[in-house]
Amino acid sequence: MITRRPRWTSYLGIGAVTGGVAVFLALVGMVETFSRRQIIVGVISLGHALLLLTGLASGYAAGRRAGRPAAALGGGVLAGAATGVVVAAFVVLGTSVDFRHMFVASSPGLYDILTFARGRAGLPLVVLAWTLVSVVGAGLALLPATIRRPAFAGAVTVIFLGLFQELLQLTLQEGTVQTLLRGFLFTGDGLLPRGALTGFAVAAVGSIASWRWGATVRGRARSMPPRSRRISAYTALLLAVIILFYLPRIVGEFPSQVLVFVGLFTLMGLGLNLEVGFAGLLDLGFVAFFAIGAYTVALLTTPEKYAIAQFSFWLAVPVALVVSLVAGVFFGLPILGIRGDYLAIATLGFGEIMRLLVLSDFLKPWLGGSRGIINLPKPIIFGYEFKEFGQLFWITIVASAFIAFVAARLRDSRLGRSWMAIREDEDVAEAMGINTVTSKLLAYGIGGAFAGMGGAIFAVMIGSVFPHSFNLLVSINTLALIIVGGMGSLPGVIVGSLFLVGLPELLREFAEFRYLVYGAVLILMMIVRPEGLWPEAARARELHAEEAPAPAAEEALAAVGSDGEA
Amino acid sequence: MRRSFWQRFFSPITLFLWAFRIVVILAILVGSFRTLTAGKYAGDQWIDVIVFGLSQGSIYALIALGYTMVYGILRMINFAHGEIFMSGAYTAYFVAAAFLSSGFLNRNPVVSLLVVIAVAMATSTAIALLVERIAYRPLRRAPRLVPLISAIGASFFLQYTFRGFFGAGFQAYPDWNVLKGEVVLAGIGVLRTQAVAIVGALFLMTVLYLFVMRTKTGTAMRAVSEDMEVAAMMGIDVDRIIVITFGVGAAAAGAAGVLYALVFRQVWFFMGFVPGIKAFTAAVLGGIGNIPGAMVGGIFLGLIESAGPILFLDGLGIPSPNQLKDVIAFVMLVMVLIFRPTGILGERLATKKA
Repeated sequence: MITRRPRWTSYLGIGAVTGGVAVFLALVGMVETFSRRQIIVGVISLGHALLLLTGLASGYAAGRRAGRPAAALGGGVLAGAATGVVVAAFVVLGTSVDFRHMFVASSPGLYDILTFARGRAGLPLVVLAWTLVSVVGAGLALLPATIRRPAFAGAVTVIFLGLFQELLQLTLQEGTVQTLLRGFLFTGDGLLPRGALTGFAVAAVGSIASWRWGATVRGRARSMPPRSRRISAYTALLLAVIILFYLPRIVGEFPSQVLVFVGLFTLMGLGLNLEVGFAGLLDLGFVAFFAIGAYTVALLTTPEKYAIAQFSFWLAVPVALVVSLVAGVFFGLPILGIRGDYLAIATLGFGEIMRLLVLSDFLKPWLGGSRGIINLPKPIIFGYEFKEFGQLFWITIVASAFIAFVAARLRDSRLGRSWMAIREDEDVAEAMGINTVTSKLLAYGIGGAFAGMGGAIFAVMIGSVFPHSFNLLVSINTLALIIVGGMGSLPGVIVGSLFLVGLPELLREFAEFRYLVYGAVLILMMIVRPEGLWPEAARARELHAEEAPAPAAEEALAAVGSDGEA
Repeated sequence: MRRSFWQRFFSPITLFLWAFRIVVILAILVGSFRTLTAGKYAGDQWIDVIVFGLSQGSIYALIALGYTMVYGILRMINFAHGEIFMSGAYTAYFVAAAFLSSGFLNRNPVVSLLVVIAVAMATSTAIALLVERIAYRPLRRAPRLVPLISAIGASFFLQYTFRGFFGAGFQAYPDWNVLKGEVVLAGIGVLRTQAVAIVGALFLMTVLYLFVMRTKTGTAMRAVSEDMEVAAMMGIDVDRIIVITFGVGAAAAGAAGVLYALVFRQVWFFMGFVPGIKAFTAAVLGGIGNIPGAMVGGIFLGLIESAGPILFLDGLGIPSPNQLKDVIAFVMLVMVLIFRPTGILGERLATKKA
């Protein structure tokens, strides 16, 4: 391939794009909202970090394009300065014309953040700051991976420590060692610079260590005799169970609630994964099954009116599972013949029909309309009441583990293979003798049952059900998390729900921008990594089949594949 | 194993689908019969309902053009089209509000309305081109689910961008004084805003139809939708045509956004979602890829949605039937997709490609 030296204007182009991104982040309100959360006390807030990230990105892009060190640094300077100029121009415009009646985020506070609270006098500083950060970004692009990877790990660790400082401090409240550690890393309201440096160093060293010796350790583990391998696997499982059992007590009440949410969305994700990931049926009305599970439990257990029975939770859950399974099959019947994107729209229609019907006066005498069904009793077993989130978390974990086990067994079964055949090519699958009708109906039914299980637990967790809890955004949320985790991949579902459900629930600031970020993530993932963060090996190969894979990419895929099998 | 016609006819699934069809048709017939015999609604009310249906139907039709043209060329549902519609209407709202506060709005109603519509069309086009460039173009050769998911992402990204920019609340669209009240046409009183929406939408649809059928670019668009590769071999710049298609469809959607805001008199960030899906329904109803079909489908859907609640549902004794007007539209959507995915007028596209 002929490579041409990039012209200097192309660096300005990069700078204009990243500058545009920075202005976008400011106008959409992210910068100001996020700047309320400090990463390192008195040094940097999340809002500033976000802005600096645009500078880093511009330098990195310029550096990657240039290739040679001198050109890279020069390009980084140009791109960074251009980014800074765009931001400075935005500040000048925003402080001279008041367009706050249009852009709600365009407040004086925002411009204070952008100019480092120095007003117009800070503008040269803005350009300078972006240029410097961009040069650092360009430098990163030049550095070999051996340095870049530890630096990245360190930065991620610092951000993690800073963002979750409240949570970490809560868990480090008791015990001498903990208190000492806490005093060293944190002050009352955030991460200290020395804490940040320590975190960075530890993570960087860890990253280097795992890079140096990780392969050997993994290789040794693989060459262990099967018996001791099994023993170590069981030990790991036991450890995981013990940790999960004590997790709610360690982290406290609010994070436990978040954990329950993560568990519920894992259940939903496992169900949708079965439809989208295994069988290739894109279902945007998935929330309907979640609602069916929740309403079934509500109707069967509530002591209020609308009750149709007085079951205990433990009896109501199997009923809810069966009802949502049947609903899935019934819902699947009419849409058997619809494929691809038409299927997505049809299921979206079904989901909305369900929600509107439940909301309407028509079904109000049975389902309570928009006021919903309230006062659901908490689950009780042998006199032990699961009333706190920490206790409900155990139910969620047991249910998720059970469902994940079922999903894994299904994937490796004959039925799972027929789903994958249908996903690849329905006509060919049918020609090979697969009963596509039964397979697809089972995908809808079992997927629906999984979501119904999630709905059942959701109902007792909230203690009431309202139609407003079951809108399209839940479906989109679930879709986003299985795509981020990797379609068809089971560990991917957990990774996805930790990132996409856990993070925004823990960081309230994120919640406001949740769907904005989801939208961007969906697009980005489709363009950059359609197989997801934790892909299933076959799926990754298939999605990259059309490109002639570069050797590095092939190696990476091979590594992922062998990891998955190990 | 070949199954005979009768075996297939009596398979449980076919029977289930027939039962579904019969239930819906019976509900429509019984409901309409009982409403009409009960005589609860007077002639005037029916006329209002029909005019309202026509006005929202012609707006749906105008949005549907974008779906139909893009689908015709790329075989993909531009899921973000509803948001493109919203973005035009919302941005133009600020122009209209500025005109209102400066007094220009009522001093020069025609010019101001045209400017507002032009701004909406320009914004929608710009955003559609951005979306195409960023979210769709890199994925043109990817498996089919991939661009659809990217489009869903674009849709939510745009919604929440506008929410972040302009706030989460509703904004009341300014009223043009000349558009207040009714105009009497052939003895029928019609709200002026609705009349403007019908006339404006019909006019724009005609322009667009002529553009596609008569101009050289339009011919190229049709050639690309017929066969992209052959069109490229004939010297047509396919990328350019795709961009133009997105742009033209978005411009129609932007204009539709202003007309919609005139009729419903408010804008908010989520306003594009439901009309978007309904317009897609209209496009499928008329046979996707078929421009006159989209117009017919849109108007048909608008009428059904507006008359349906009181015609079918009231007769069945369902309380507050107007709550369920979206249900009617969605049931139409699902029924069309199940029973006649080629649309009422039949698909203009060769079936091998769909």
